[in-house]
Amino acid sequence: MLTKVHTGLDAAPGVWWKPAHKAEKVWVAIAFAWCMVLFAMMPLWHWRGGQNPSGIRRRVEPRAFYARTQEFAKQYQVGTDRGLPIVQPPAGSDVYMTALTFQWYPILQLTQGETYRLHLSALDVNHGFSLYPLNVNFQIVPGYDYALEVTPTASGDFRIICNEFCGIGHHTMVGRVIVLDKAGQRVSDNANARLGNGATP
Amino acid sequence: MSATLTASGAADAFRTCAFTGRRIHRQAEALVKANAVVAVVSLLIGAIAALLLVLTRWQAVHLLPAVWYYRILGVHGMNMLIFFIIYFEMAVLWFTSTALLNARPANPKLGWVNFGLMLLGTILVEWMQWSGKADVLFTSYPPLKAHPIFYLGIILFAVGALLVVAQFFATLVIAKREKTYEGSLPLVVYGAMTAAIIAVITLLHGAIIYIPTFLWSIGVIKSVDPQIYRMIWWALGHSSQQINVAAMVAVWYMLSALTVGGVVLNEKVSRSAFVLYVLFISMASAHHLLVDPGFGPAWKVVNTSYFMYMAVLASMIHGFTVPAGMELGMRLRGYTQGLFGWLRRAPWGDPGFSGMVFSVVVFGFVGGITGVTIGTEQINIIAHNTMRIPGHFHATVVSGTAMAFMAATYYLLPLVFRRKVAFWGAAKIQPYLFAIGMLLLSMGMTFAGSFGVPRRHWDISFSQAPFSVQFNPAVDLVLAVMGIGGIMAVTGALLFIAIAVKSVFFGEPLGEIVPGRAVAGVPQGLTNPPVHPANVDEVNERLHRENPSWIGPTPGTMALVGIFLAAFVVYYFTNWKLLSVLWKVG
Ligand SMILES: [Cu+2]
Repeated sequence: MLTKVHTGLDAAPGVWWKPAHKAEKVWVAIAFAWCMVLFAMMPLWHWRGGQNPSGIRRRVEPRAFYARTQEFAKQYQVGTDRGLPIVQPPAGSDVYMTALTFQWYPILQLTQGETYRLHLSALDVNHGFSLYPLNVNFQIVPGYDYALEVTPTASGDFRIICNEFCGIGHHTMVGRVIVLDKAGQRVSDNANARLGNGATP
Repeated sequence: MSATLTASGAADAFRTCAFTGRRIHRQAEALVKANAVVAVVSLLIGAIAALLLVLTRWQAVHLLPAVWYYRILGVHGMNMLIFFIIYFEMAVLWFTSTALLNARPANPKLGWVNFGLMLLGTILVEWMQWSGKADVLFTSYPPLKAHPIFYLGIILFAVGALLVVAQFFATLVIAKREKTYEGSLPLVVYGAMTAAIIAVITLLHGAIIYIPTFLWSIGVIKSVDPQIYRMIWWALGHSSQQINVAAMVAVWYMLSALTVGGVVLNEKVSRSAFVLYVLFISMASAHHLLVDPGFGPAWKVVNTSYFMYMAVLASMIHGFTVPAGMELGMRLRGYTQGLFGWLRRAPWGDPGFSGMVFSVVVFGFVGGITGVTIGTEQINIIAHNTMRIPGHFHATVVSGTAMAFMAATYYLLPLVFRRKVAFWGAAKIQPYLFAIGMLLLSMGMTFAGSFGVPRRHWDISFSQAPFSVQFNPAVDLVLAVMGIGGIMAVTGALLFIAIAVKSVFFGEPLGEIVPGRAVAGVPQGLTNPPVHPANVDEVNERLHRENPSWIGPTPGTMALVGIFLAAFVVYYFTNWKLLSVLWKVG
């Protein structure tokens, strides 16, 4: 028995809890099944996939984190660029980077195929870590240490763009990450240069 | 003597609607008008801001200086996402709870006080933003700090809105007690009630987060934890968009009924979908925190997937029942030809209809699909804070909600303001202009974001940065698409504002409406109402009998949702593929 025909502007007839039409049931079932697929994909990717925003997360005093970063930079510094230390930590080590208005400190020099534990935090306000040209993005929140296991799978000369508004100089906040190839050499044809020539990221 | 006065006063309190024969309460109507007018003013400010922003982000034009870009960005967000939308929703609440129920409003005097409270809050916020004392953008994440009056303005606005929502519920109770309608609430009012419930949840979160932030700004509290702020703020920032979704869906059902006689297929299904919004929407705000340091994977997965997808399910249900209701409504009126005859013969020249259809389509196909995809825990890594985010929400909030509200306005002008729609020829094309513009804007932003172009960024040529960054040249192209789309959309919005202002303040009075005779300036659904035949229930039984398979009596809609699902699946898995080639991170 169908409901009396009416529109959404009419008061619903007395008893409106009636069985749905077959077509509606079919669509609700399909939509529900699709939502289950969406459900399943995230745990599945934690289990089998290589890119997850998990990491080790703990609270940290912003100034203490910055001091730790400076200590780390001093320990492994191999050069300087634009006044910032270039830091080459050993494979498998803890790597620190602090975001502050309007700078990513320090410059990292990593090696392709090696794994690092990259600690990210901010000294002052929220910042956005955006690895260019790969388009890998993380939120940087002051007071929180976000330690991600990172394995660069490609060599090149990468940038870190700040993509969270952090003040009036926000758009000048660009950092640098160098990834040496497996032989430990800098790659002249870096990712950025390739992009300049019109390749896709 | 006094008895007569009261009696005549009560009679005067209402007028009778020329189209629908409903009793309209004059005070409630005045509140609808006031809220609608302020909504349109906010839209005007927001639209001018939008033009300036789009001409700045279009790197080839790069109009504004940095300070003004960020300032106007804050102004744009506040006026569009908060003021325009919420004032319009207040109008929707007053309208649905009184006009659609033949009811009187609960304490209209208090309604004016609350309206004044909201207005005061609005003015304070505008003042702070324009004077550069609140350059913290719309989200105002601490430790960025604005002037205390900025936070105070938001609190006053939220309290006023919360009290109006309480009055909406009181009005529903009055209507029920005074038996102004029979049976259960109409679906449209039910949808508006859902929006009101979500509004309570939303505005409470707003109070929870903005009161301590205000205290922090005046020095009473030492600090506000930036991560906890982000969590609770998004329970305001995201849930407020869910008020929009619920209100928008209610408007879809309303316009479907007014324009093509769209029916409610099944009250149980549609109402249950609204309930899903209420239950699961607040948790969905966790998808703003997917790549934040403060929360573990289990928390992120549970809050996005297990809760958000139930709200997604609700939208997918409405995405079927709204077009299917229109299809069945048209078929019941004799438009039974083929799969899409009902769609071809629909009133495409009625801006109330075309605007509503574009709202459904762009919201679903662009906003919905991109939103669910980038709201996936891992896929968010390639989307967070890039232009994909504004690309997504312009498709939902603007192409979806704002367009639905514009479409509804073409009906509210004659129904509430009793004016003809001004510039009728322009009004007919306005939804097309606006929809195409918004579509280009959303696509341009989405593709730019896929190349890593950040949102909320003044200069992506990085001319003042220490290290060079050069985006793929394709970015110039997609930003040009965004720019052109933005200009079209702003033109469409300004056209809408011109139509609304001219109609309301200098509009031609409605005059006499003879059913069946078209009048320039009055939407077809009013001059030529989509009436169902007297034996409609019989026809309905027959249509169902003749289509016993699982496809049912609305095969056109089945085909459309099939295309939608296919697009969804392809887009979703393409993104996993893109993610899988990145550095290993975890
Ligand atoms: Cu920054």
